[in-house]
Amino acid sequence: MRKKPSYQLMQGNEAAAEGALAAGVNFFAGYPITPSTEIAEILADRLPANGGKFIQMEDEIGSIAAIIGASIGGCKSLTATSGPGFSLMQENLGFACLAEVPLVIVNVMRGGPSTGMPTSPSQGDVMQSRWGTHGDHPIIVLSPASVEETFHYTIKAVNLAEKYRNPVIVLMDEVIGHMRARVSLPPWPMVERVNRVKPNMPPEWYNPYERQASGVAPMAAFGDGYRYHVTGLVHDAKGFPTANPNEARDNLRGLFAKIERGFREICLVDYEEMEDAEHAIVAYGCMVLSARSALEQLREAGHRVGLIKLGTLWPFPRFALERYLPQLKNIIVPELNLGQVYREVLRVNAGHANIEKINRINGTIITPEEIIKTVKGLIR
Amino acid sequence: MISNSELVKKYFRYNKKFPHIWCPGCGIGTILGSMLRAIDDLELEKDDIAFVSGIGCTGRAPVYVDFNTLHTTHGRALPFATGLKLARPELKVIVATGDGDSTAIGGNHLIHACRRNIDITTIIFNNYIYGMTGGQYSPTTPHGDKAYTCKLGNIERPFNISALVEAAGATFVGRSTSYHTLQLKNIIKRAIQHKGFSVVEVITHCPTTYGRINRKGGAVEMLEWQKEVAVDREKAAKMSPEELEGKIVTGILLERELPEFCEQYDTIIEKAQSLDKG
Repeated sequence: MRKKPSYQLMQGNEAAAEGALAAGVNFFAGYPITPSTEIAEILADRLPANGGKFIQMEDEIGSIAAIIGASIGGCKSLTATSGPGFSLMQENLGFACLAEVPLVIVNVMRGGPSTGMPTSPSQGDVMQSRWGTHGDHPIIVLSPASVEETFHYTIKAVNLAEKYRNPVIVLMDEVIGHMRARVSLPPWPMVERVNRVKPNMPPEWYNPYERQASGVAPMAAFGDGYRYHVTGLVHDAKGFPTANPNEARDNLRGLFAKIERGFREICLVDYEEMEDAEHAIVAYGCMVLSARSALEQLREAGHRVGLIKLGTLWPFPRFALERYLPQLKNIIVPELNLGQVYREVLRVNAGHANIEKINRINGTIITPEEIIKTVKGLIR
Repeated sequence: MISNSELVKKYFRYNKKFPHIWCPGCGIGTILGSMLRAIDDLELEKDDIAFVSGIGCTGRAPVYVDFNTLHTTHGRALPFATGLKLARPELKVIVATGDGDSTAIGGNHLIHACRRNIDITTIIFNNYIYGMTGGQYSPTTPHGDKAYTCKLGNIERPFNISALVEAAGATFVGRSTSYHTLQLKNIIKRAIQHKGFSVVEVITHCPTTYGRINRKGGAVEMLEWQKEVAVDREKAAKMSPEELEGKIVTGILLERELPEFCEQYDTIIEKAQSLDKG
């Protein structure tokens, strides 16, 4: 337990672990994988002293299964992984979406597909984080762009998972995960902690999936005296499997409705130099660092360029673009993939501005100079 | 012993979840009945029991009974149960799983749960086939037997589940059949009382698929077969290997005491707190 504020030099992965602890995470199950392993190592070390528990499972399928089980037991649960492990987690991620089990997955992205480039940066899992598990499902994905932001976003992820009874993915990239920076760590009592709403009615009145006005149903832990059923089958408000079309609709639509209701709170977006911008760079994760450097140099040269920094990738914060579309001539989207957020930008833009993508999938990053060159080319 | 009607009233979600999905003659309900009688004998509180399953016919068992019930994904009941047990060590966690669920798709989780010796009771409903999908061969389908994905005979050799879990480190192994309901009840009782990872393998029948394609007769004939081939462990110890050919040894096959996972983790917590690694 951290009682005093402190400044520490740490990696993004360490910041994720610090954030998890500060948010009250008390269960971690994981499997070693580069470049996320430090998170497991730190939490293996730190959780027991804080009364929490760590278990190294036999694979990533077991890891996410164990954190779902622990979350149903009332723990704030988290796992950390990278591409191949994230792929293995997809089926049970869908289970957690449908059964509405709060949990957080930190995915420190590495080059893919397959074993890919384990120690190289990539942003190739943006679409997988949205649509990796089968079936229509809601998901929340946050993408930190600095070490300190990783600390805060991990806390936010835990809180959103608890509030919305939904899995939240912290989508980091290898650059942020392994970069070292000074981080201001607040004392834990200063950190906002959100806990899932628990039922307060008598057990015989409790329906585990009967939504309250918030769109979310109270969640009892197994062992609390509220005996109920949890299943990966589409279910009614009691949690029992159903094939009734109306009940199936209510179940599945309800999953989306709760996230839509919280859309503004979930969407983390920052704007830099956007007031008079005619050209916007849309960036997330480590690409924010290159974009910010490019922005400074372009502004110094007198160009009206701004930055829209996406902290939330899913649900896609379309309003962040829409509010500036009337004033924008060009939107530049640098990404370490072949254009996964670019396609979202294209969709939201609907023909207003010219959109330019800059992509890289060779394990290296896009430099500020490359962004500057692209922007200057467009302005000319 | 508790009567059938009392059992139904006490433990089933009888006013919510019936009729059940199992075929006429299925052995799953009988095994479930033995499990409930074991729980009743032990006078466990319903609130203190978590009943976890995977996918398949057996996977549907939890929805019908009035415990904390968790119906997970295919093969993954054990890691779900592992997380739940660690979060709530005071719960009695019981897993119901089929032969395909536990030894094919979930085989890795099964051996690691055995090795870890976490205090979970796993009941494996072994009917030699994938019933819910219509009768495909499983890791326990006997060599030469038929299924709808091996109509000319199975060329794979089956797992001996009890031997497998013993080798993997389970600290309690019992085996019975859906014919020997009283023996089964008593073995499940002992398994639940055992501190550590316990496995009860139950030989059962699927008259709809395995029975039909292998011309084993109906449920009655298949139950009679279970009665014929089952040999109690003590009796089996006096029999020669030739006499045991084609027999299934039942009873408590193994019981050993080894440190349990959750209890060991508590000592890790104590050590970490004394070192103040927080």
